[in-house]
Parts: sequence; structure tokens; C-alpha cells
Amino acid sequence: MKLRSAICLTSAALALAVLTLAGTLPAGATDKIDPVADAKAFQKFFTDKFPKVKFEDFVNGPYSMNEDLHRQWQEKEQFPPYEFSLEMGKEMFSKPFKNGTSYEDCFPNKGIGIRQNYPYFDEKEGKVITLELALNRCREANGEPPFSYVKDEMAALTAYMAFTSRGKPMDIKIPNDPRALEAFQNGKEYFYTRRGQLNFSCATCHVQSPGERIRAEILAPALGIMNAMPIYRSEWSGMGTTSRRFTTCNSQIRAVPLNPQDDEYRNVEYYLSYVSNGLPISGPGARP
Amino acid sequence: MASSIRVRATTSGETTEVQALIQHPMDSGFVKDAKGELIPAHFITQLTFEHDGKKVFAADWGGGVSKDPYVKFSFKGAKKGDELKIGWIDNKGATDTTTAKIQ
Repeated sequence: MKLRSAICLTSAALALAVLTLAGTLPAGATDKIDPVADAKAFQKFFTDKFPKVKFEDFVNGPYSMNEDLHRQWQEKEQFPPYEFSLEMGKEMFSKPFKNGTSYEDCFPNKGIGIRQNYPYFDEKEGKVITLELALNRCREANGEPPFSYVKDEMAALTAYMAFTSRGKPMDIKIPNDPRALEAFQNGKEYFYTRRGQLNFSCATCHVQSPGERIRAEILAPALGIMNAMPIYRSEWSGMGTTSRRFTTCNSQIRAVPLNPQDDEYRNVEYYLSYVSNGLPISGPGARP
Repeated sequence: MASSIRVRATTSGETTEVQALIQHPMDSGFVKDAKGELIPAHFITQLTFEHDGKKVFAADWGGGVSKDPYVKFSFKGAKKGDELKIGWIDNKGATDTTTAKIQ
């Protein structure tokens, strides 16, 4: 009898502790999905952790975390390695398909300066539409074969679209639709779920340890990480898209990567972009 | 097709600083593709920068230089508006040349 009441008491105390904890943590601890509070808490976490970094500098990934690297990058930006890809994307973008239409016809404002609105939630389809997906759908609708999601042509096209949107603040909207909230929540869960042989989540590196070294690399903060996509990575000696970043991250933690543009990746891109709302588009980026 | 060479040359009066980016696969000949077959060697062997008929920079390259190589150097004796002639030859005999105005 005594034992049972003791257990009762401890569990009550525990519940109380959890409750107070929930009170102090605006994000995640409550079961209501609140993207606005999530984004606020997310941004506050990074600005508190790195009080010296200017808010808009978070889009520069590892360069905002390390002074030496920042100097190297400024030099590199005078002659950025993504130039060839950018030029290819510009040519491809306005070149008509066999049926006479072009990418310009698939996008609002002819595709210029709209990168900050992607990914968006399509209420008709009930799913998240990323820029890469929209580009391939545009091709398929016009009788062209889709491109590989991970590099070359796809990276060139998104590089050009990002370049024309540079400086515009990320502006992801979550419509008043339970499915949109669910997509956001699923993306968040994917981001914080540990997986793979190394048992890492996305957050292990990009929330817990930005600025720290992982072997020779300096980890980028998750805040603003999407704003710089696509990127030229010296490590890859080439361009990579958001899809490439996600699949490579997964294989690096020894998990089995999903297919590019699977629902999970689209949701995580939606989540990550939303919580970086307000930060300027800086893509295409160059990373070590 | 645009030129495979990008050049930016700026002078501060005395010295001229030159930066160049060249688009080239620079395959060493030791790397295998996804099917396990060797990718044949394909790299730039000679790179030259000429100013006023005189070589100001020359490089003998091999397979150890990275893809899309970047070069930066400076030299003395050029004026604003002078022309810089840049050219490369690769091991398959392909070449490309371009000229750039010093700014």
C-alpha cells in the first residue's frame, strides 16, 4: 500500500515536471502544431547560440561560423565556382522545348525572382511542391524527359532561379489546411529523428553542433541552410541540389537514403524553409 | 558555346592581378566510373598567359590538377586597357584561347 502511493506520488511529481517543462519550451513539447511559434523558437535558438553572427549571415552556412573560412570565401566569391553552372542554367531556362513553350511558361513571373516562395503547399494535391519537383513536372507536361534530381541540369536551373531571387527574404506560407500543418509536422519529425548506423538526426549536426568540426569540415547551422541551395561543393567538385544534400546526408550517417523528392524529403524541405522565413535567398552557394 | 575560360585582370598601377577559371574535366586517368571502367586521362598540359607578345605566366599541368581549375597570379608592367591573351592545350590536342582587357 505504502509503495503504491509512493509510486503514485513520484509519477505525479514527474507529470508536474513535464508540465512545467512544456511551459518553458514553446516548440515541440506541446501536441498542438504551431509553426509560427516553432519558427520563432528555432530562430531564437540560433541567435542566442551565436550572438555575434548577424541574422542575415546565417545563410552563409559554415562561413558565418569561422573567421578564416569567411575570408577564404570572400576571396572565392570574386570568382565563384558555380559560374559555369549558372550560365548553363540561364541558357537552358529561356530555351524553348520541342513544343515551343519553355520553363518561363510554367512559373509565375516567368520564373524570375520566385525562389523564395518554394517549396509551397499545393492544396489541390495535398502535398508539398518543391522547386525541383515543379521543374521536372514542367518538363514532363511539355513532353520532355525529367532530369536527374541531384545534379548538373537540375542544379543549373535552380542555380539560375535562385540567382534571380538573391536577397529576397524566404517567404514560405502554410495555408489553413490540416494537411499542410501535417506536412510541416512530419518534416519536423523527420528532421529530429535519429536514424542510420551512426544514430544521427539532421539536428545532431545542424542544430546541436553547427560551427563544430566534423573531420575537416565545419558544420553549417540549420537556420538558413536552404537559402543557399543549390551549392557548389568543392568536395563534390560540382553542383548539388537540395535533393543531393538530403540523400548524401543520409548516406553519410549510414542510413539508407530515400529517393529524391519522396514525401519525407519534401516535408523536411518545407519545414526547414519555413523556419528560415525572413532570411534572404543567397543561392547558388559555394561550400568547401 | 561560351568560352571555357573566364578571366578577370585588374591593375593597381604597378602590378596587375589576374584571376582565371577554366572549365575542363581534368580527368587523371586513374579514376573509374560507376561501371568500374577507367575514365581515360583528359587534362590540360599547357596553360599560358601572354601580355604584349610576352609570356607572363606559363604552367605545365598534369592529371593532379583539380577539375575546373582556378589560377591567380600577378605581374608587373601592364597598363589599363592592355590585352591579355590566354590559351590552353590538353593531352587530346584540344585547345581554347581567349583575350581579356586589363581593367
